[in-house]
Amino acid sequence: MADKAQARGQAGRLLELFLAAGAVEVTPDILQPAEALLDLYGEDIRARAYVTADPLRGEMMLRPDFTVPVVQEHMANGAEPARYAYAGEVFRRQDHRGAARAHEYFQAGFEIFDRADPEAADAEVFALFAGLLAKLTLSATIGDMGLLRAAVDGLDTLPERKAALARHIWRPKRFQHLLARYSGQVEVPKARADLLTGQRSGAPWIGLRSREEMEARIATLAADAAAAPIPTDAVAAMGKLAELRCAADQAPAALRALNIAAIEPAIARLEKRLDALATRGIDLSAITFDASHGRSTMEYYDGFVFTFTAADPALPPVASGGRYDALTRQLGQGREIPAVGGVIRAGLMSDLEAQA
Amino acid sequence: MSEAMIKLGVPSKGRLMEKTFDWFAQAGITLKRTGSEREYAGAVEGAEGVQLVLLSAGEIPRELAAGRIHLGVTGSDLVREKLADWESQVADLAPMGFGHADLIIAVPACWSDVDSLEDLDAAAHRFRATHGFRLRIATKYHRLVREFLTREGVADWQLVDSQGATEGTIANLTAEAVADITSSGETLRANHLKILSDGLIHQSQATLFASRAADWSGQESRLAGLAQQLGLPAPTL
Repeated sequence: MADKAQARGQAGRLLELFLAAGAVEVTPDILQPAEALLDLYGEDIRARAYVTADPLRGEMMLRPDFTVPVVQEHMANGAEPARYAYAGEVFRRQDHRGAARAHEYFQAGFEIFDRADPEAADAEVFALFAGLLAKLTLSATIGDMGLLRAAVDGLDTLPERKAALARHIWRPKRFQHLLARYSGQVEVPKARADLLTGQRSGAPWIGLRSREEMEARIATLAADAAAAPIPTDAVAAMGKLAELRCAADQAPAALRALNIAAIEPAIARLEKRLDALATRGIDLSAITFDASHGRSTMEYYDGFVFTFTAADPALPPVASGGRYDALTRQLGQGREIPAVGGVIRAGLMSDLEAQA
Repeated sequence: MSEAMIKLGVPSKGRLMEKTFDWFAQAGITLKRTGSEREYAGAVEGAEGVQLVLLSAGEIPRELAAGRIHLGVTGSDLVREKLADWESQVADLAPMGFGHADLIIAVPACWSDVDSLEDLDAAAHRFRATHGFRLRIATKYHRLVREFLTREGVADWQLVDSQGATEGTIANLTAEAVADITSSGETLRANHLKILSDGLIHQSQATLFASRAADWSGQESRLAGLAQQLGLPAPTL
């Protein structure tokens, strides 16, 4: 294992290379206000980040990643377009043991905020990383969360159903459950059926949630019950899309063969991105395309996603990243900007270089 | 004490202690408290080289994890809640058939539209949009509840810590739902709450655990003998 000085040295070298690639260095605090992170990730982040208390600033977290503070800083002070780089430790609480479970490690990262040509920016980040990691034997996987989102958006069904599915794209189990429910593949539970025939509990009303909130939801459930089920062939096509895995150069044709009209614009963007990657000298036949890549592990990415991984499955990815336009919208208080970036685990990179 | 002994941690009072004593008695092992009613000292008859250590049930997971006791009796819920990656720290030797309690999620009984986790998730989403914060679930079982809801793909909730009188938090407007231990469900009903149909997180019971961190050197044959006496397969630690 690389010692801390080696890992820090590696992170510093990567930072220099990112700066040479046109980035400006950002140096977010290690102690981050917990509120923004909690708001973004929910309770889940408590299991993954160290929380501490500051007498004046309230609940704080040891920086679990750089992306959120970098986006915050850009949204507050940044000029466009912008390229940022950073290097430093991140801290992850671990509930399980294992080689992939480092509590603190060095990351070096590179982020692009640019509206002009998102696919070109995607390719720029990926190609930069591929070049820096070229000496190692790594496998690269790419995906695009925009495809599943477009497929959901294109369903011929109630907007409430589409919104519920879109909300759970990152939680495959709940997503599948809702899809089965909306397509009539699971029986309506008795409690739901009774509710829709007007049955109500006689229990006294308690708590902050109001009777009106309940009735509003029941009205939505009634409209849902009256709506036609999502056709099973649309559900099957969605399933095939989620399972699609092939060489990246085969991906557009394989996606078109699914015959989902709504994803055509997303396929066109994928093609544009692949062209931009090929122009930068990336061999597309050597990259895996996985339509569900990052679906349950890379939650704020909503478009292009990528990882570089070593052969040992016990190791975490050496590098990962993607597009997070929605995150800038959430943190931008009304403003937004297309953004893409990624990080390299500097210590792991040193280890692999030592073995190579 | 010069000779190394197998230290057995047992809840120091109440029904859990009595039932544990009964359970060992069935295998011909007599555990008993010695000294005065207030003194937590004990004795073992019928098993060689075993020392009784009387502890609070809540402390037994920690003592097992630290290896300060070799064996311990406590609720399976406490071990799963208090020990990260619990299976790597302790071995589950035997469920003991008493101390049953279910860790469940309950919501106000007046919520006619919420019967399942699917409903809770949808209600939580609307609640957050309406009130500006995530739906609050009061509990002292943070790890178990968080892992369960994450695994089930429920979103837009937060945990609020409640170390007692958890069922009252909803009426007091400090939570919208609770995750708590129940055996008969009476306290829930009395507080106008109902259990979600798929809201069972863990069925707990008193369980005999072995520490993986304890020093077992020289104790292997003694442990195997004890397991045999209790009718259990020889544990691998």
